[in-house]
Amino acid sequence: MVQHTPIEVDREKGNFSYKTHYEYDAGVGLNEGVINYIADVKGEDDWIRQFRLKALDVFNRRAMPTHWATKDLENIDFAKIRYYLSKGQIPKRTWEEVPDEIKQTFERLGIPEQERKFLAGVEAQFDSEAAYSNIKTDLEKQGVIFLGPNEGLKEYPDVFRKWFGKIIPTNDNKFSALNSAVFSGGSFIYVPPGVKVAQPLQAYFRINAESFGQFERTLIIADEGSEVTYMEGCTAPQFETSTIHSAVVELVAMKSAKIQYITVQNWSNNVFNLVTKRGLAHEESEIRWIDCNIGSRLTMKYPAVVLNGRKARGEVLSIALANDGQHQDTGAKMIHNADETSSNIISKSISIGNGRSSYRGLVHIPDHLRGCKNNTECDALLINTNSRTDTFPAITVRGNGNSVQHEASVSKLSAEQIFYMMQRGLSEGEAMSLSVNGFVNDLMKHFPMEYSVELKRLIDLEMEGSVG
Amino acid sequence: MANQLEIRNLNVTIGDKPILKDFSLSIPKGEVHALMGPNGTGKSTLAKVIAGHEDYTVQSGEVLVDGVNIIGMEPDEIARSGVFLAFQYPLEIPGVSIANFVRAALQARMEEGETFNAPAYYRSLYEKMDLLQIDRKFTARSVNEGFSGGEKKRCEILQMAMLDPKYCIMDETDSGLDIDALKIVANGVNLMRSPDRAFLVITHYQRLLDYIIPDKVHVMWDGRIVQSGNKDLALELESKGYNWVKEELATA
Repeated sequence: MVQHTPIEVDREKGNFSYKTHYEYDAGVGLNEGVINYIADVKGEDDWIRQFRLKALDVFNRRAMPTHWATKDLENIDFAKIRYYLSKGQIPKRTWEEVPDEIKQTFERLGIPEQERKFLAGVEAQFDSEAAYSNIKTDLEKQGVIFLGPNEGLKEYPDVFRKWFGKIIPTNDNKFSALNSAVFSGGSFIYVPPGVKVAQPLQAYFRINAESFGQFERTLIIADEGSEVTYMEGCTAPQFETSTIHSAVVELVAMKSAKIQYITVQNWSNNVFNLVTKRGLAHEESEIRWIDCNIGSRLTMKYPAVVLNGRKARGEVLSIALANDGQHQDTGAKMIHNADETSSNIISKSISIGNGRSSYRGLVHIPDHLRGCKNNTECDALLINTNSRTDTFPAITVRGNGNSVQHEASVSKLSAEQIFYMMQRGLSEGEAMSLSVNGFVNDLMKHFPMEYSVELKRLIDLEMEGSVG
Repeated sequence: MANQLEIRNLNVTIGDKPILKDFSLSIPKGEVHALMGPNGTGKSTLAKVIAGHEDYTVQSGEVLVDGVNIIGMEPDEIARSGVFLAFQYPLEIPGVSIANFVRAALQARMEEGETFNAPAYYRSLYEKMDLLQIDRKFTARSVNEGFSGGEKKRCEILQMAMLDPKYCIMDETDSGLDIDALKIVANGVNLMRSPDRAFLVITHYQRLLDYIIPDKVHVMWDGRIVQSGNKDLALELESKGYNWVKEELATA
């Protein structure tokens, strides 16, 4: 047993508790005052302030998109949300306030003590200076820029401003507008031509309290022939005091560049997770989204690749797990906009109890293109009879020179299969967990090793909890 | 009584329908008992009830494993107490390899803090696969997925050999096997025979009992055992057919 040492919160030591330090709190509700407040605190250039204000206007004017996925969106009360806190500190709490189940999960996932405190929002930073500075020095030598959005826009406007908000315009959807209005935290990355970043970049290497913000904004530009892998999230449950997470992630792969963006997220079940992710792939480049969604009350997320240059490749590999009371509405979009572009979508969803998962896909290949290919596979696994799964593929392929392949399957884990496994000595939870791992197995082979191991452990934990 | 599988006055229904009627049978360790009888007499029900299947309702009676009543226990608890059921229709588990499945089953039996010895495990697995003439490539294949009937049955015996149970219940393991596969399976079972283990072999046909020689043969009819004897009973049954049992019953 690992002993937890309670953390003594030193309230004299800076902005640790927002209750006593109002100067960095934008308060609840969303209005121009809040936007101006954020822009002031961050000392932003006027164009960013105007960008935010315009976004607020778009947000206010756009209707809630309740007509195609779920009416549950209506339950978000924007007037009760806190959009910005002191220096983006993760909302404070003491270690004692962290729910026991979260502590247990940290323990079982083997997350180091320091990191746990960070992830639990108890500490704004964690102490891995050595690791951090090594990576930093290494990256700097190669000319890689790795900053938060505000530093990025301030220090390298010519690099980032060109693409900021261009892949996902403010008015793309209501939540991209929301993010554009109040964004803070996230990562801005630029990889120079030909540089192949060996290690995956992770937000928390930056030791930035805003890394896990509610409205983070990420822009990654991989210049010609470069390669980079970015990982976000972590397998520890992210519990937020606020109930909305709305990020915008934009990727730009220049000619022959490769970007791999990996997300493994495990949200607590009160969170609305509404994220817009899109990549622009130039000639012969490759963008791959690996997206694993576990938990949350409602997740709506459809990573997209716009294949804009000849022979560009796009890929989305996703796993969604919807447990009791959760709705995972996920999918992928592939917009083919050049000859000989290819895309691949593999989506696996698991619904447990009355959990609900939907696959929503869009593949667009217009008439005038030649030699484009798409492959889509979506498989759903239902565990117990109340589960629900839907598949909404929208495939528009025109012209004769293109090919598209779509396969979908729904399988059910039957009581007889569980009985069979239990007869071999496995508990019900172990049996379910083994089946789920079997279901996602072929997809997990594409994942980096450490992530597939963590994901497997997460599934085990999730299954254990779902046995009634 | 320890050292035996004892079924005492078992009454089982599915819905309102009685299937097992005051069924009793004791199988001491070291013995092989065959349970024969026509379709629909409750043989498979007996196997599943012992394994703890939730579809059946035990109205009364006990199933004692080394003196411990297992009625009401979860299927996995029963399994870990030493009862193995070789299924008549083994189920497929997509994506889960045989090697990982058996490994998970063994790990479920480990004590807290015990570590799994992977090299020893693979040695043992390969040895048993060779014995059952299962291609070693099968370790990477998903459990029962796309297997032929014979391959499924051999895979059941492989699992049985790996899990080292005290009480083995084989539910029509011979069905769907050609004569060569039957011999291989029987050989595997015979090598497992030991003073520390008992077998209940459920079958329609005498054929399997030419290769797995039973110590006792029981004939089941309408939810209970109506006749018991030695291996000759199986031969008699084979030559006279099940109607003979029926007539015997009528005149008794």
